[in-house]
Amino acid sequence: MPLLEAQGISKVFGKLTALDGAALTVGENEFHGLIGPNGSGKSTLMKCVAGAEVPTTGKVSFVNTDITAFTPTERARAGMSLKFQITSVLPTLTLYDNILLALQAQCSLFDLVLSRTRRKLHDQVMTMLTQFRLADRAHDAAAALSHGQQQWLEIAMALAGKPRLLLLDEPTGGMSLEERRVTGELLQPIKQHCSLVIVEHDLDFIRDICDRLTVLDQGKVLASGTVAEIQANKNVQEIYLRRA
Amino acid sequence: MGGASEAVARVGEEPDVVTGEGAPAARAPAGQASAGWKVLPIVEGLVLLIALVLPWVLQDYLTVFATRVVILALFALSFDLVWGYAGIMSFGQALFFGAAGYGVALMARDLNVTSILLILPAGTLIGLSAALLLGGFLLLGRYPSSVIFVSLGTLTGSYAADRLARGWYYLGGQNGIPSIPPLTLGSYEFEEGPVYYYMVLGILVVVYLLCRFLVRSQFGLALAGLRENEQRIAFFGYKAQHLKAIIFAVGGTIAGLAGSLYAFHEGFVWPNMLGVVFSTQVVLYVLFGGSGTLIGAVIGTVIIEGVSFWLSDNYRDVWPIILGVLLLLVIMFRPLGLISFVLGERERVGSFGKAPKESGNAAP
Repeated sequence: MPLLEAQGISKVFGKLTALDGAALTVGENEFHGLIGPNGSGKSTLMKCVAGAEVPTTGKVSFVNTDITAFTPTERARAGMSLKFQITSVLPTLTLYDNILLALQAQCSLFDLVLSRTRRKLHDQVMTMLTQFRLADRAHDAAAALSHGQQQWLEIAMALAGKPRLLLLDEPTGGMSLEERRVTGELLQPIKQHCSLVIVEHDLDFIRDICDRLTVLDQGKVLASGTVAEIQANKNVQEIYLRRA
Repeated sequence: MGGASEAVARVGEEPDVVTGEGAPAARAPAGQASAGWKVLPIVEGLVLLIALVLPWVLQDYLTVFATRVVILALFALSFDLVWGYAGIMSFGQALFFGAAGYGVALMARDLNVTSILLILPAGTLIGLSAALLLGGFLLLGRYPSSVIFVSLGTLTGSYAADRLARGWYYLGGQNGIPSIPPLTLGSYEFEEGPVYYYMVLGILVVVYLLCRFLVRSQFGLALAGLRENEQRIAFFGYKAQHLKAIIFAVGGTIAGLAGSLYAFHEGFVWPNMLGVVFSTQVVLYVLFGGSGTLIGAVIGTVIIEGVSFWLSDNYRDVWPIILGVLLLLVIMFRPLGLISFVLGERERVGSFGKAPKESGNAAP
């Protein structure tokens, strides 16, 4: 059984059909890239999987459970995590508190009120910050970070709850080449415990880190397979050539 | 390009960070020291000091006025928690204040209960139950309710309660319930004056400290997430609606406590206590002083009430206009309230994460 299976997903906004029977299957510990031209429905499919949008039709299964009707909170508690396209770190809080906020999400109310888990989580907070090369700025406000660092912080926050599936919507948007390279390095180690779905324009980046790709065009799946298969696919070459 | 070179520099630094787990923690105090003195505890201490000596320097009738202000400050705290900390736009906070006031007034009138040991718990409980009912209806749901729904819902609740009290003979109609006997403890009667003042001040200090503990706890961090970006924290797995309903209930509880103290201090309750006038007044206290800081709510109450008192004495006809303009000016040019003259953004938001050593000192 795959970890995530979305089938027949359609999403209609008024007269616009953003998705038309799209599908996405992701296995355990798999890095899966979601690519396609602008407006092909990548972000919408991601949002339908994450629960930010409710699909018009279709079914989403996660760890053998039908989660189509789950709220974002319920999905998060089932082990799914999302990094938004627009960075949404909490700018007035310190980096440390941003991570702590993500880490304590599933603590009981009792623990929160009495701050019983603050000490216990300290090491985990510092580990996350160190892993994402932000430890020396732990006590700065998140607003003071560069755009690229905010993206890293956000990925760290998305990973804090130890999800089994992480959905990343354009993690390298607006990053410099060097920052993209580092992002790739930062993502590699999580493969041991987490699958990844990544929407990204940068095809080189996708090629470097993904195992499998799904190509969307006009709301439909054009092709799905390993990176080599997709690269050899005539239809895919055509839409990317057409765009170029 | 600046970002890239920074990133490279950071990569270069990494070994230092990794070698010592304690290194980042060790840096924390230095970071805090560079931020200079903590302003908040100084302001809190000053306000407490002034409050403690007040009855010694004021004439008796002014001590009675000061007592009323302290009770209203307690009421303002309740709204500050709900709005300033959790971002719930409640325009009906007076509903809980007034409901408790009416409840304890009825206990005194119909059941002859005036013991402080029964009255205060009863008022608190009334506030809590009313807030649970209204909050449950407005805030709990599978998906978050819109800001408009919550603000109009609370406003309507408060307005409806006001109308109900005006129309209901049992509650005294327009006149409310007059001549409530004094609060008692055994055979002792709490009359207006210094004793009532210190009793109320003591309660304010205790509630203030409890609120302070709450908003600085990990729960306070969750509240910060809630007011900054509710959708984001739902994706972390927070039950945002539950958090809101809980803090709304805590707010209602405190408002209930304030309402029962107010009823016995004034000696009567009237429909305005439940209505839109009081609900809006408390919004102004908090906005004026500085929402999202507990001491801001207290300062706002004291200054608005103090200035109104003085203005109404000296400019009998035009004082509401002067007060209105003053409020507008502060809200336009100091949206974070008067407290923002002395308090920076960083300290207002505060930090919740502490290295184990520090938290050993700070957490009770």
